[in-house]
Amino acid sequence: MIINHPILGPRDAQEFVYLGDAGLIDRPDWQQENAVDAFYDYLYLRDNPAGEHRELWYHEQGDRSWLVVTRNTVTHEISKVELARDVARARGRGR
Amino acid sequence: MTQPNRITGGLIDRAQTLNFQFDGTSFQGHAGDTLASALLANGVRLMGRSFKYHRPRGPLTAGSEEPNALVELRSGGRREPNTRATTVELFDGLEARSQNRWPSLAFDVMGVNDLLSPFFAAGFYYKTFMWPKAFWEKFYEPMIRRAAGLGSLTGEPDPDSYDKGFLHCDLLIIGAGPSGLSAALTAGRAGARVILADEDFRPGGRLNAETFILGDEAGAHWAAMVTEELRSLPNVRLMTRTTVIGAFDHGIFGALERVSDHIAAPEAGKPRQILWRIYAKRSLLCAGATERSIAFQNNDRPGIMLASALRSYVNRWAALPGQSVAVFTNNDDGLRTATDLIAKGVRVAAVIDSRSDGPNVQGTELFRGASVVDAAGRQGIRAVTVRLADGTRRTIECDALGVSGGWNPNIHLTCHQRGRPRWDADLAAFVPSEPPVGMTVCGAANGVFSTSAALRSGAEMAVTVLSDLDLTGTIPDLPKAEDAATRISPLWHVPDGGGRAWLDQQNDVTVKDVKLAHQEGYRSVEHLKRYTTLGMATDQGKNSNLGGLAIMAELTGKTIAETGTTIYRPPYTPVPIAAFAGRSTGKEFRPTRLTPSHKWAAEQGAVFVEVGMWLRAQWFPKPGETHWRQSVDREVLATRKSVGICDVTTLGKIDVQGTDAAEFLNRIYANAFGKLAVGKVRYGLMLREDGMVMDDGTTARLAEDHFVTTTTTANAVGVYRHMEFCRQCLWPDLDVQIISTTEAWAQFSVAGPSARNLLRKIVDPEHNISNEAFPYMACGEITICGGLRARLFRISFSGELAYEIAVPTRYGDGLIRAMVAAGQEFDAVVYGTEALGVMRIEKGHAAGNELNGTTTALNLGMAGMISKKKDSIGSVLSEREGLNQPDALNLVGFRPLDRSATIVTGSHFMKSEDEANARNDQGYMTSVAYSPNLGHYVGLGLLKSGRSRIGEKLRAVNPLANSETEVEVVSAHFIDPEGERLRG
Repeated sequence: MIINHPILGPRDAQEFVYLGDAGLIDRPDWQQENAVDAFYDYLYLRDNPAGEHRELWYHEQGDRSWLVVTRNTVTHEISKVELARDVARARGRGR
Repeated sequence: MTQPNRITGGLIDRAQTLNFQFDGTSFQGHAGDTLASALLANGVRLMGRSFKYHRPRGPLTAGSEEPNALVELRSGGRREPNTRATTVELFDGLEARSQNRWPSLAFDVMGVNDLLSPFFAAGFYYKTFMWPKAFWEKFYEPMIRRAAGLGSLTGEPDPDSYDKGFLHCDLLIIGAGPSGLSAALTAGRAGARVILADEDFRPGGRLNAETFILGDEAGAHWAAMVTEELRSLPNVRLMTRTTVIGAFDHGIFGALERVSDHIAAPEAGKPRQILWRIYAKRSLLCAGATERSIAFQNNDRPGIMLASALRSYVNRWAALPGQSVAVFTNNDDGLRTATDLIAKGVRVAAVIDSRSDGPNVQGTELFRGASVVDAAGRQGIRAVTVRLADGTRRTIECDALGVSGGWNPNIHLTCHQRGRPRWDADLAAFVPSEPPVGMTVCGAANGVFSTSAALRSGAEMAVTVLSDLDLTGTIPDLPKAEDAATRISPLWHVPDGGGRAWLDQQNDVTVKDVKLAHQEGYRSVEHLKRYTTLGMATDQGKNSNLGGLAIMAELTGKTIAETGTTIYRPPYTPVPIAAFAGRSTGKEFRPTRLTPSHKWAAEQGAVFVEVGMWLRAQWFPKPGETHWRQSVDREVLATRKSVGICDVTTLGKIDVQGTDAAEFLNRIYANAFGKLAVGKVRYGLMLREDGMVMDDGTTARLAEDHFVTTTTTANAVGVYRHMEFCRQCLWPDLDVQIISTTEAWAQFSVAGPSARNLLRKIVDPEHNISNEAFPYMACGEITICGGLRARLFRISFSGELAYEIAVPTRYGDGLIRAMVAAGQEFDAVVYGTEALGVMRIEKGHAAGNELNGTTTALNLGMAGMISKKKDSIGSVLSEREGLNQPDALNLVGFRPLDRSATIVTGSHFMKSEDEANARNDQGYMTSVAYSPNLGHYVGLGLLKSGRSRIGEKLRAVNPLANSETEVEVVSAHFIDPEGERLRG
């Protein structure tokens, strides 16, 4: 596969390490009520779609960016690649 | 007379005569021959024995799809089994041997299997060798392995090298037949970066094997001219002997180039083969088509081959497979074999056309509406029996038979992304329907069979693809060529006769086996394949799959389109494992990382151990020490008595900087770092989000906004990756920057009561390292040896007064030598990883054996370290009920009741009165060492409610090692439990 890195351009997928569902960005608030349940859902309950999937890839043999790659798990078509940092900020994460 | 079956013409160089051997007999051939064509020219057509029944076999094909003519090539370390004689290029001195026969190819004892064939039908192994169970391993399996099988490996190392390479292009053209050549000419002239790959050593495809006229010259000549022009274009890379083996995601292709297979041994410095990864913006699949056979009784006799293969041998290689040839066909193309041979003056005994309306053929006896029903001649065909249109039978003597059942487009690469092909009833073949993104299919691979249409198809598709790439292509002047329509009447097998009609000749699968699979309910093509092994041989069903599924379709009353095909997977043809390994063999299997003191350690005769990619000194034997324990015990005792030095560079080092650095560390470690003073070090416990311990290490605060954190050797990469995840994905606006500096600093532990005295001789005098000025857990930036910048940390893994000292890596070798010299007066030792391990077990420190991914802070006795006043990774889920049961495992120490007894890592604890079984399991021993200080073995282990069981006696049982030792539960801290030494 080829991942079109937003900064570096097209790079072979071999340069990357795969983590999993981009939902891992949405880490719950540790002080919320039922925090244990929220963390349990966050960590263990993920969709496993046959189709479009937003997932985290790490450019370990490169610039060490974490990326959110939107990939079709059936065709491997990659429709979007974003810096995870930008996605995290857009989802309300900051400090 | 040599080469009795060599006729005139062909694309061989008669000026070059090559000597070769087959099964010890010497023969001659010419440059341009394959092993198969040269053997046929010498009148040899028996080239192998079949896999299961040991039936005598000759070549069926003239290409890479060959199922029968598999031979062992070369000798010594270069001996290679299962090479296809039909693709092996002849070279001078070639040695080949037939396989799967004993004592000889002509007389094979295991041929008795053929007589026992009623017992060896599909599913035979599953049904027969079931009972008694113990017989399978001891008797049946070894027997079957001896009796069946192909060639054998040499067992010697391969002396040749194999490479991997990467190529990029605008357009990859797969196949250099008519459509591939016209496409390459179009794209090459337009200036596109083109790679044209073909598995053959001579570009041209079928043009080299047919008598076609293109314009007013021979087809092979046209191909040679186009090839010459392509070679002159700097933007075109023509790769012969290169098979594109797979179409992968996003325009990535795998290709195997056989760089040196056509010569006896590679030239100096050249690899035998190269596995290429080709990145192509677009691709054109011009892979042509493969002819298929028709199954009839005894259709595997040597001398029976595909009609097109027969034509190839005669036209391209001037090798005549027989003196009197018959042709059996269901389509017009098969007739070409007869007309070509007749034109060359070869006797064609008969043409058997299964169609009643086929065209006329002059110069031979033509039987329309007839079928071959049997073939006679065990080691080579002598005659065929033909059922005529009126039902009568006739025997025709012949010593070769060409069979044509039609052509299958080579659609394989269009299906590697799970594209399913479409059945074309007019062509009676599967054609591509969903090629991968970026791939276009041309010529015969797309079901365009006439030469004229293939030439046009290649050029036109190239023009279309070029415009997608913003290039302008022009269709070149294409020569006038044959434009015959495909006329075929499908025929898969001839039902007459009670004998066996072969579909998959390599795996010995017959029409009967397909019927048996149907009868027993294995009706889907995937079940059919696995039950009968149809198509599972090295030709991957290129010759047999369609026939098998067509017969299954007949039996189930479905159409072929409804029946479908099995999935095509890479590689297109077999690839040696050596090519996949490339240069990654032996010592080069993966990179080796050497510590800064490696050279010094090697000079001392150190014994090294692999730790991940690192090579670390395990112990340093002294003269007279014959057992590793002698060395390790000495290193431990000398360290605890005076001072020892150890290279600890392999521990991960991560530099953390920024105004939020302390806050960042607060969140990735379970314990707090905010209040760590500048100039101090703190132990850090890192959890995974699920609450399990991930790693541990020390973190030194060098400045308000600058920390250096360490990881275990094993987790250095993973911890850094995790920290980047936290930084970028969880808290993107924290002002923190991190970088791994593991390789940047050489770091040594200096431990023992004399550690400070030794360091005083190294550290520049302006730095006060007295116990008061530089107490336990202090750190600082210092200079040593007269101005060299260094870092000093007062941390201890051994429990002794200890320091870790770091210098820029290039000074590591100098520092170890300087410290060893300075340490002489203190009887300093340098110790390896074994002594390091012994001392940490004596001290009760958890390490990799305890931080094994299944343990929590509670298990390790560090639950109190998890700060509840702040957010940190793993803090919330560490509170889960299941991880906090009253009988949770606790890390405690163990010693044998009988102090002379040995204890074993991995032993499980049982109460004295309990039977040793999983239900009574109380925990397990994680680490064990012989303590030279205590004079007996000591162990660390995880025990249910361990901390409240100090003093209890248990059995440490290890059924694998067949050992059982009585042990006592003790504190994990065997040495200096109060920690006075490290503060001294």
